[in-house]
Amino acid sequence: MSGGERGPEVGLGDWTPESLDVPGEVRAVVSAPHPVLSRAADEVDPTAKETVQLAADLIATMKVSPGCVGLAAPQVGVGARVFAVDVTGHPKAVTVHGTFVLCNARVVEATRWKPGREGCMSVPDLTGDVKRASRLVVEGDLPGSGEPVRLVTDGFEARALQHEIDHCAGLLFLDRVAGAHAVYQRKVYL
Amino acid sequence: MNELAITVIGRDRPGIVADVAEVLARLGANLTDSTMTRLRGHFAMTLICTGPAAAEVEAALASLAAEGQLLATVRAVTPDGDVPPVGEPYVMAVHGSDRMGIVAAMTRVLVDAGGNVTDLSTRLTGALYVVLAEVELPAGVADAVLDRLHRTAAELGVEVTLRPADPDLL
Repeated sequence: MSGGERGPEVGLGDWTPESLDVPGEVRAVVSAPHPVLSRAADEVDPTAKETVQLAADLIATMKVSPGCVGLAAPQVGVGARVFAVDVTGHPKAVTVHGTFVLCNARVVEATRWKPGREGCMSVPDLTGDVKRASRLVVEGDLPGSGEPVRLVTDGFEARALQHEIDHCAGLLFLDRVAGAHAVYQRKVYL
Repeated sequence: MNELAITVIGRDRPGIVADVAEVLARLGANLTDSTMTRLRGHFAMTLICTGPAAAEVEAALASLAAEGQLLATVRAVTPDGDVPPVGEPYVMAVHGSDRMGIVAAMTRVLVDAGGNVTDLSTRLTGALYVVLAEVELPAGVADAVLDRLHRTAAELGVEVTLRPADPDLL
């Protein structure tokens, strides 16, 4: 499938973290094994007050966590299909949408699968080799306005989105590693 | 041609691989397949080599083990030849709270379905236990195996996935 057939992007428009209009609080991040990380999370009302607060909290928690490029609600103990992503400045990123939060996100197109090394704040001592689509189309709703978006992305941002969407489905990168020796003890902590 | 299976296990220090390989090279042993890793800080090496007699290698490796920090074993093995695969390759991932019997119970499900585990690693990090197994399963049984794995995992309070191994060749 060529890039042109992936359909048009419906971008973030004028949505920014500031449009949430609530201060975010840093929440505690839970680690595996924790049941909330292995449950499929619930769909949310993106306009609900608690969803907006959760979105702000996810951004705040992501921002204070060194090296963190994405954080899903189950990682702060909330079984909701909400996550924040920001790969700005990451050397492996190509397309970058900045800091954003998606609710009820789902993958609608995934192509050009490539292996790569992933870590996770909820599995702090391990990394693993996981194959992910490097071309990705994701649909979801923006917190606050509830506006639907259709993000077309690639590379590292695509990987981060798939990792977070997996969290919302109750999956960790450990569930997708390539083989018996594709998990590594973490050597560098950011 | 003698084929030997050798294990070297013990306290890790820099230079064990070089020492073992040097002993084998000096005896004219040809190192074929080998793995070396650290398991919870312990040095662990398993290898197959061809060439000298087992007793000769055992005596030479004894010098490495002399300080009591390493245990080396040598035994002559019969070449197996290529074992045909029993079916299709899968990767089983299990993770959850550490408890007794996870590997035993989960791999038993695979074996009872006619599967053959070809590679396995486990890690305990904090409270998290992770099992990764590569397994060949007879054609057509994967769905039923996954059902049984889910039931066994639920009894153990762990999570399990079973996916086809990536067949891509570069």
